[in-house]
Amino acid sequence: MIIQISWKNVWRNKARSLVIMSAITIGLFGGIFSYAVMLGGTMQRLDSAIKNETANLQLHNPAYLLEDDIKNSIENPQEYIQFIEQLPEVQGISDRLKSTAMISTAYGSSGVILNGVYPEKEIKTTRLFESITDGEYLLENDQIPIVIGDKLAKKLNADVGDKLILSAPSIDGEVAYGAYILKGIYDTQNDMFDGMQAFIKKGDLAELVGIEENTTSEIAISLFDTELSDEFTAKLSDKFLSKIENKSIVIRTWKEIDPLIGMMVDNMSYFGWLFVVIILIALIFGIINTMLMVVLERVREIGMLMAIGMNKIRVFAMIMWETVFLSITGGIIGMLFSLGFITYFKTYGMDFSMIAEGMNSLGFSSVIYPEAPLSFYFEVSIMIVITAILASIYPALKALKLHPAEAVRE
Amino acid sequence: MSIIKIENLHKTYNETQVPVHAVRGIDLEFQEGEFTAIVGPSGCGKTTFLNMVGGLDKPSEGTVIIEGKDIALLSSRQLIDYRLQNIGFVFQSYNLIPVLTAGENIAFIMELQGKSKKERTERVKDLLEQVGIGEKIDVRPGQLSGGQQQRVAVARALASKPRFILADEPTANLDSKATEELLDMMAEMNRKYNITFVFSTHDQRVINRAERLITLTDGQVTEDISIDR
Ligand SMILES: Nc1ncnc2c1ncn2[C@@H]1O[C@H](COP(=O)(O)OP(=O)(O)O)[C@@H](O)[C@H]1O
Ligand SMILES: [Mg+2]
Repeated sequence: MIIQISWKNVWRNKARSLVIMSAITIGLFGGIFSYAVMLGGTMQRLDSAIKNETANLQLHNPAYLLEDDIKNSIENPQEYIQFIEQLPEVQGISDRLKSTAMISTAYGSSGVILNGVYPEKEIKTTRLFESITDGEYLLENDQIPIVIGDKLAKKLNADVGDKLILSAPSIDGEVAYGAYILKGIYDTQNDMFDGMQAFIKKGDLAELVGIEENTTSEIAISLFDTELSDEFTAKLSDKFLSKIENKSIVIRTWKEIDPLIGMMVDNMSYFGWLFVVIILIALIFGIINTMLMVVLERVREIGMLMAIGMNKIRVFAMIMWETVFLSITGGIIGMLFSLGFITYFKTYGMDFSMIAEGMNSLGFSSVIYPEAPLSFYFEVSIMIVITAILASIYPALKALKLHPAEAVRE
Repeated sequence: MSIIKIENLHKTYNETQVPVHAVRGIDLEFQEGEFTAIVGPSGCGKTTFLNMVGGLDKPSEGTVIIEGKDIALLSSRQLIDYRLQNIGFVFQSYNLIPVLTAGENIAFIMELQGKSKKERTERVKDLLEQVGIGEKIDVRPGQLSGGQQQRVAVARALASKPRFILADEPTANLDSKATEELLDMMAEMNRKYNITFVFSTHDQRVINRAERLITLTDGQVTEDISIDR
């Protein structure tokens, strides 16, 4: 019956209880929802990085990471490609030749990273072709095609079908020029990427810089299951251990390739916790304050209960349950709100296009689909209960200090 | 053997450095089935005295012996349980838990005692009928008159089947009709079940009902008379 009394006591001062419950509701909603937006944004960013840019893992000549020169290419790339492409985990493998270049139109020019790729291999490895907003992606049969990002296209004032001039350092130290037809424009919503990366056929690039087509700066591999990235990398590292040891190859997962994203993904759940913990710490003072008022108001009643024979454990339990009910009612409403909003926006997306410029320049998409794992709600529930129990201790101890003779006399 | 034996009871409050001698050497005995009023003007020490008898407050000196047992020897935990099992309390006001109905208030003390649900349900109904408000079983205290609330309090005190009931000015907040009715009811319970009542008052109407009248003056017993009714 003590639990029943506690629950009913919550509703004795409706206005006050509703105020503190609203505070808990709003606080938790704020915490959970912002976390979900952050997590959603990060996961999308990760997804897009893996899909469009890094794939799951990449192989390089270690020297290339220090100096991204075309000379620092992978020795004997076919050895790796042939081994890797027959592994069952592998969805696609793309060997790329990369070079820095200047790209220009009559209107302007810009520095870019030129990716020489085999279109049909690249299509299996990254999904950049899905982000084409104008024109089409490269095809092997096209004559001197090039694909660039919208950011760069705008800067160059270039449209599909226009002729773009590339100049790149050739292998013998000269500057080589070539003209290419703009085949397609993509938009990954990551300004850094969209402004820097240009794609042409691997053969075209090899020809431009005067190198053998087999030359490979980078091997990108995509897996059917991203979760397997680390495991698969370990497997490859085992296989090519001697090559790694003599510094002829380095194998890195997307986390190592894009350490910022890797760190964000790894630490996101801590951010969520941090948010919620900070909010709960703020709320705990409100809850304590409310419960102290409750104890103060009911001095006589509590004294009477102690007088007629309610022991300290029960008095403590009565105050504690009331605190728990007060807190979890607000908590549950807060979580339901969060769940509702997150579910809605997970489907329809939150449009940040008002600040899209800023979002895109940080590499985030302008429409974010917030998400929070169910386990997070579960953890938050436990934290609310712990908060409530902690918040109840001080008021409950205050109640226990009451002396029945004095309390009933007041 | 007397049910309550008080020896040389003293209480000195010493809160503000100026000691207040609220009870100054009381020796009394109460027998089973007595219907006793403690009378005296406000401030004469009635509440202080009853609180010590009920184990709510510690004497500065002297002993309270209930059924041969010195209650000062009980730990505070044992004392709470002792009160729960042996003493019924009725206060001037704030006797009931406002969020519970009349019936639930009575059932609550039996639940604290660990009585079964069946026993509780039966007894609650019976007790409320005994005190004359059987129909108010599902009504909360806020919806009851002062007199009805005190009846529930008496029923609650009876519910725990105590050895005796201590009532500190139970009629202080009641009008004269309600006072009469409450006292009639208490007297009836006393007669019917031979339950011992010790109650305090400064109300003349209440005094007329008592079978034993103890007058306190400045913390001392100045008169102790039995009245045959
Ligand atoms: N907690 C206390 N501290 C100091 N003095 C008190 C306290 N309680 C009661 N008194 C004093 O003790 C005396 C007796 O009070 P009380 O027992 O309440 O008398 P009554 O119940 O007959 O009105 C009064 O003078 C009162 O002011
Ligand atoms: Mg008094």
